[in-house]
Amino acid sequence: MLILFQRIIRLGLEKIRRDRGTAGAALFAMTSAIAMATFLFFLQGVSAHLVEALRNAADISTYFTEETAEEDILQVRDQLLTFPEVTRVEYVSKDQALAQFQEVHKNDPAILESLEALGENPLLASLNITAQNPAEYRRIAEYLEQESLAPFIEDVDYREREPIIGRLTRLASGIQLGILLVSLGLAIIAVFMIFNTVRLTILNSKEEIEIMRLVGASNWFIQGPFVVEGVVIGFLSALIMFLLLIPIAAFFGGRMEGFLSGFHIFTFFTSNIFSLLLLQLGVGVGLGVISSVIAVRRYLNV
Amino acid sequence: MIRFQNITKIYPPNTAALEGVSFEVKKGEFVSLVGKSGAGKTTLLRLLLAEEVPTEGEVLFEDQNVHMIPFDDLPYLRRKIGVVFQDYKLLRSKTAFENIAFVMEAMGVEDEVIQREVADVLTIVGLEERANNFPDQLSGGEKQRLAIARAFVHRPEVVVADEPTGNLDPYNTREIIRLLVKINSLGTTTILATHNKDVVNQLGKRVITLDQGKLVRDEERGKFMI
Repeated sequence: MLILFQRIIRLGLEKIRRDRGTAGAALFAMTSAIAMATFLFFLQGVSAHLVEALRNAADISTYFTEETAEEDILQVRDQLLTFPEVTRVEYVSKDQALAQFQEVHKNDPAILESLEALGENPLLASLNITAQNPAEYRRIAEYLEQESLAPFIEDVDYREREPIIGRLTRLASGIQLGILLVSLGLAIIAVFMIFNTVRLTILNSKEEIEIMRLVGASNWFIQGPFVVEGVVIGFLSALIMFLLLIPIAAFFGGRMEGFLSGFHIFTFFTSNIFSLLLLQLGVGVGLGVISSVIAVRRYLNV
Repeated sequence: MIRFQNITKIYPPNTAALEGVSFEVKKGEFVSLVGKSGAGKTTLLRLLLAEEVPTEGEVLFEDQNVHMIPFDDLPYLRRKIGVVFQDYKLLRSKTAFENIAFVMEAMGVEDEVIQREVADVLTIVGLEERANNFPDQLSGGEKQRLAIARAFVHRPEVVVADEPTGNLDPYNTREIIRLLVKINSLGTTTILATHNKDVVNQLGKRVITLDQGKLVRDEERGKFMI
């Protein structure tokens, strides 16, 4: 058994060495398919980043009356944090609100002067609330607008922000759906490309496969070298793509950051390096094995 | 050893390649199957290798119906039958040595045995100098000698040759027949399908004549008569 296994490996490597043209074509197709899988991986990263950014932008704020004590506000905050749909509650005190206002309008002296003329801080303390799903803001707003909280709450900006939240939600869903469709399309193209290439390369071996059957070789002894070839080509393709990706990610990292709303390609690459390498090896080796098994099977009918 | 029992083979829609053919080949025999092109010689050999299934009848190899053998076990049957094809059917990506060694490798024979046996067989067929050549670098006669070496190297019980001299000149034809006779003299049952009159007449062995799919003559020391 061991001797047959060793022979299958030797025959597979010999096939690559002898038929370099075919192996080269398979390597090219496999590398292209892995490139597509890699692109999809990054696309999912960008998608998640954009959707997260949009969801964070779709928050609501509740403003507290001048008289409300900080401990009451913090109590409301703690209450909100017990809601499973609430992901984040940020407390902005009167002083912090003033500092933020001044920072935003630092280039607008007229506004700053009028603020000074007032002689006091007119801004209110608030809680900025972010929910997991924008559809849940209505329930949060209803909680804040209940009778028992009325003495503390000056305003909940849900009604004003509702149309924006709706638009952002639709945009996030649109991005997700669009990227899912693009991913599906590309994945189908990649698999189709690989299957066709391997089918074509094995078509060249159709006659040889039939001869091997006729002279008494078992199916797995015939199929084995093709599988070994698939594994080696898949592995090499993954390695090539991984090495190519390092300079590409480094080059585009900073340059695309603005365009991708703060998504840094190289940082994403380094923080997902093992998942990415696994994905590339999985796609390369997996597709190499599966497609060669399926393609050879077609000709093992003698 | 081999029995064709009432074999009929009809290709769709309604072409009868063989009709009610029955005969037996005994161990160690040399049998020539003769007939015009399309008489059914190749179909019979393909049925023996279980490449084809008969429409009616049975093909028995050592009392086993070859068409009842599970698909995955067919290699074991085929290892008992060495085949020489008219179009050689050599593995183009392998050298002469590797072509001969392939069956033994598939059978799991030890490397040292393969080295020794293949070298011996290459000498017998006169191709020792061509061991590292690929089939495309060999002449027609050399290819056919290589095919015989491959069919014989693992010492099968039967060697079947389907028109092995069809593409060869008279000199190479004599060489190939000489090799088949030699293989037979070593105790291997040999079946030769041919339409070469001179070859059959010189052999002076058993001749089975097929005509339009029917067995029309079976003679112990036959002549080519169609």
